[in-house]
Amino acid sequence: MRDHVTISVNGKAVRVPPGTILAAAVAQAGVSSFRTSVRGEPRGPLCGMGVCFECCVTINGKAYSRSCLTLCEEGMEVKTNG
Amino acid sequence: MANQRLQSDVVVVGAGPTGIAAACAVAEHGMKVAVVDNSPWLGGQIWRGATTHPVPGRAGQWIDRLKRSGVSVLSNATAFAAPASHLLVAETPDGVLEITWNKLIAATGARERFLPFPGWTLPGVVGPGGLYAMVKLGWPVAGKRVVVAGSGPLLLAAADGLKQAGARVSLVAEQADWDHVLRFGKGLWRYPGKLLQGVGVKARLLGVPYRCGCWPVKAEGTAHVESVTLANGSSSWSEDCDYLACGFHLVPNVELPCLLGCALASGFVRVDALQLTSVPDVFCAGEPTGIGGADCALVEGQVAGLAAAGAEDQARTLFGRRATWHRFRTSLNQAFALRPELRHLATPDTFVCRCEDVRLADLKGCESLRAARLQTRCGMGSCQGRTCGAAVQFLFGWEPDSVRPPLFPVRLASLADESSHLDKPTLQTDNSLQA
Amino acid sequence: MNPTFDIIIVGAGIVGAACAAECARAGLKVLVLDRGPIGGGTTGAGMGHLVVMDDSEAQFALTHYSRRLWNRLAPELPPSIEYEQCGTLWVAADEQEMAEVRRKASFYTRRGVEVEVLDGSGVAAAEPHLRRGLAGGLRVVEDAVIYPPCAARYLIELAIARKARLQIGAAVTAILPEGGVVLADGSRLSAGVVVNAAGPWSPALQTGLPVRKRKGHLAVTERYPGYVRHQIVELGYLKSAHSVGTDSVAFNVQPRKTGQILIGSSRQYTAEGTEINTPILQRMLQRALDYMPGLGQLAVTRCWAGHRAATPDKLPLIGPTPDHAKIWLATGHEGLGITTCLGTGKLLADLLLERPPEIPAEPYAPARLLRASATKPLQCATT
Repeated sequence: MRDHVTISVNGKAVRVPPGTILAAAVAQAGVSSFRTSVRGEPRGPLCGMGVCFECCVTINGKAYSRSCLTLCEEGMEVKTNG
Repeated sequence: MANQRLQSDVVVVGAGPTGIAAACAVAEHGMKVAVVDNSPWLGGQIWRGATTHPVPGRAGQWIDRLKRSGVSVLSNATAFAAPASHLLVAETPDGVLEITWNKLIAATGARERFLPFPGWTLPGVVGPGGLYAMVKLGWPVAGKRVVVAGSGPLLLAAADGLKQAGARVSLVAEQADWDHVLRFGKGLWRYPGKLLQGVGVKARLLGVPYRCGCWPVKAEGTAHVESVTLANGSSSWSEDCDYLACGFHLVPNVELPCLLGCALASGFVRVDALQLTSVPDVFCAGEPTGIGGADCALVEGQVAGLAAAGAEDQARTLFGRRATWHRFRTSLNQAFALRPELRHLATPDTFVCRCEDVRLADLKGCESLRAARLQTRCGMGSCQGRTCGAAVQFLFGWEPDSVRPPLFPVRLASLADESSHLDKPTLQTDNSLQA
Repeated sequence: MNPTFDIIIVGAGIVGAACAAECARAGLKVLVLDRGPIGGGTTGAGMGHLVVMDDSEAQFALTHYSRRLWNRLAPELPPSIEYEQCGTLWVAADEQEMAEVRRKASFYTRRGVEVEVLDGSGVAAAEPHLRRGLAGGLRVVEDAVIYPPCAARYLIELAIARKARLQIGAAVTAILPEGGVVLADGSRLSAGVVVNAAGPWSPALQTGLPVRKRKGHLAVTERYPGYVRHQIVELGYLKSAHSVGTDSVAFNVQPRKTGQILIGSSRQYTAEGTEINTPILQRMLQRALDYMPGLGQLAVTRCWAGHRAATPDKLPLIGPTPDHAKIWLATGHEGLGITTCLGTGKLLADLLLERPPEIPAEPYAPARLLRASATKPLQCATT
């Protein structure tokens, strides 16, 4: 097993240990706004367990993906709306 | 799309402590059991991390037991529909999984209750359980200042875990009054395991103030939370923070049981002594039947598993232990009942529904949940009312609506996928013209 | 004894609301009653498509008249109504359906409705996510979409501004031939005229009304702004809406102003409840995938079902019942209630005040269907 996984968050490379959730990698990238709400506000994870949908980001082109329920995979491309 | 079909004697929905205990019981009685969970890991919320990071103690032991028992675990499978009798449909990353079952055990756990107050939507305002769960899987909190607030023993468990992960937990603010919490603490002598656990937590949290009878009234910050104002009824004060971990106890995840037609009592799934619901062949155990914590969940999961496997006599041997934990459950929920001041924290501009950005002011003039949903879209967003529903129930007494599929947002292709198990009524073709 | 109200309208859906607004504007004393929230019935379940239809001259007249009224009202509508003149795109899968496109184009053009005939590449350019190989389509430029529950509330508020009264949570259990209603709590309210605008529930108050429930399903997605630009409807929709007594689905998608995509449509006659009927939902979604394969990867947040009020001749019932001068009808709009509520309100008010209506009212007269059922006299439910 590799000792790290590299993903890209908004074009910036982020290296994390295997078994790290995507939400954590986004936080490690220094991004605090994961998505923009209907009225334009920055939002980040609230429930941490896939219920609130505030942690949604676009993963490999797929929008509305919950980053708190996704494990980082090598080469993942993540875009936040914030 | 890669679709799969599976037949199992028993299907367990949820791989937290309850589901794990239930599945072990079924498998150890020689029946085929599949566990379906919407996350990539085992352990649910409180035992999360046990597969990716070494977790000492009983969580690791139970997960080892599960792995040895030959149970099929289907991770990343989100149960979203039950279109026919004894059929459960789940969405996987690649397609749809259809499971036909003889018995189903709903072990869907609970979620934190979030109540609106000014600033609660700022990034960095997270549930205590939620933050701790994410920290276990890599969320960086080392050196960060955390205020933990809200209600319930989860505050202390989360504060403990966050501190172990290097966070600077500056305060734990419990809304219940000191005498309620003290009475609960004193009663823990009846549950030695819990007492030891509590003493351990308290020891590790030495130096972290635990204040009762206070609650957050406002979170502030520009793009992220920077401080929280707390009040105790006679005064208020501010605490700087990098995170505000705030949640008000737990709400049962009853959506799947409701979809299956299970009757509720006071918002929890009604079960008999063998954890059987009002629907034949459907069992429910753990938090959806009452918020009782891991010990309660484990014994209920075992009872449900044994009952589903037909080992009712063996299930009955656990009734005494379960009764103990039910007493604990009762005192837990009494101690941490929510105070009325929490209904008045939101101001007109405070968002109540976060998915659709519906403010408290927008809800004025809505006489019911249905009116609010129709007029403002409150509760009609991605979370399907899971976040705001608990809030408006506490704020206005609005009871949740009936549950429809899909239980979570799913790809349209998953909903469209036809199950060959369904009895299709004979339908006319689309192009036939009738007089 | 003088009746308390000139008009009592049973049903605060969009049709009842529009009737209330017009009657109140004419100076009548109006009371609107509903057991549930404003727009809580068919109005809250439907798509909100403002569309001209050409099934018949009468249907065209009412939809065209109503659409003109909506488009005139549009600048005053608050943002919550989400009015958007996105137009309708009727799509033709083959040459047979293209012939229908040309027939419709000619029909509409002769009557002053702006349309545009598109060929296969034109349709692909208009809606890039439609599947390749469609024969073409018809763009009806001034069709629009709205969010119905807020529109119903807006109309109710217009009525209230003109002194109308509203009682929510008031369930009507009977309509009285002498002019009035009985409520669930036993109390009675008197009126010069009672208007039954209870949609699918109108027959519950008047046995013998030729109105049947026609169940429909819808699904709504997360926000994908720009994915769909028009309300897109397959021409086969007309066969679905035509068919009587069978279950059918037709491709029908709508772009909401929020960016969400609303996906329909289905029709069932013998399904009473509002629970999801999975086989027909799946058929409906598969039909949508036939026309727009990319929809498969979009996230659906909710599905629901509701009932339309359907009459045997696909035209609504607007006006007095032949046997009871004080009982009027404004119901039976099937899938066109949102469009035609404004025209219905005006016609009803014109008929009540004996003013000449802007379009002939005879095609919608209840007498056309109620006389025909002479062997089954219209009876009012009594407590």
